Amino acid sequence: MAKWLLSIAGLLFLLGGLPMASPARAADVGQIKVAKGTVQIQRDGSTLAGAVGMGIRPSDVVVTGADGSVGIVFADASLLSAGPGSVLAIERFVFDSTTHEGAFETRLQKGTLAAVSGKIAKRTPDAMKIRTPSTVLAVRGTELAVQVVESAP
Amino acid sequence: MRGRAGALALGLLALSLLLSAACARPSRQELVVLLPSRDGAPSAVEVTHGQTRTALDQPYDAARLRGEGRLEKGRSSEGEVRGTFGTALDAQPLRPASFTVYFLEGKDELTPESLPVVGQILAELARRPAPEIFVIGHTDARGSHAANDALSLQRAGRMRDELVKRGVPAERIHVEGRGKRELLISTPDGVAEPRNRRVEISVR
Repeated sequence: MAKWLLSIAGLLFLLGGLPMASPARAADVGQIKVAKGTVQIQRDGSTLAGAVGMGIRPSDVVVTGADGSVGIVFADASLLSAGPGSVLAIERFVFDSTTHEGAFETRLQKGTLAAVSGKIAKRTPDAMKIRTPSTVLAVRGTELAVQVVESAP
Repeated sequence: MRGRAGALALGLLALSLLLSAACARPSRQELVVLLPSRDGAPSAVEVTHGQTRTALDQPYDAARLRGEGRLEKGRSSEGEVRGTFGTALDAQPLRPASFTVYFLEGKDELTPESLPVVGQILAELARRPAPEIFVIGHTDARGSHAANDALSLQRAGRMRDELVKRGVPAERIHVEGRGKRELLISTPDGVAEPRNRRVEISVR
């Protein structure tokens, strides 16, 4: 147990101390590669139009309209794409490009999501998690799809 | 008396449960499907709902949740996935493409056989919206860590220069050197091995 805690502490120390991968700008952890129809990014209380080439940051919420879809590549080479009427929150992304240690947590509030796991999940099974309103998905690899439908009774 | 109060409490509880199930919240449906992995790598996802846990480990294994019901494991199909997730799958970015070029011993000069790869990388870049390039240099196991770290970075930098010379914006290229830390062909320290003198290029 103590050994286990120590290794967790060591991992946290490593994650905190090493420089993280940076695709475009320092704070970016991913980049939009596909954007069709209405795509919005909610960031720090404001809403930005999502476009190809735009960087994605931890704590961004990606929202697609009824005509919208979006595809994002993250720094660990994982791919997330969302169909129309989706709300996808990027809750946490930490990645060490040398050791491939990290954590990747997202939440699909509604809509559809297709995911391909990357180096984080490959290095550490269960380090990539997708949450929905009622479930937690621990991704061991590699490709999956998730749908959340809210409908009136 | 006590029994009657108990029955009444139980009845009320049942009634309130029924009411909350029938009209309280909008009903929600959730579906998780494990898809075939394109590279055939073993694949699995563990779905947890409250105290219930189920593992999907075969392509098209599915977990469904309806309203306040239980998590049910079942099967999906290519047709259902296409119908439900077609638009999301169509928006999936292209998979990263990988290239390897090799270098002359002790130098940052490409082997003649590796020169055509530069053209292949440019063609891959042209297919992609907002492409990013990750260039990682490596060496063989001859020489010190310090010398090899420097040489690997020099090789990666040489590759970047080749791409920039052909019009690729430098800010899209990320360069790293790993020295002799990640040998492709494992050898004892100090051994010269041409296949380890390489630069790996990933285009996303």
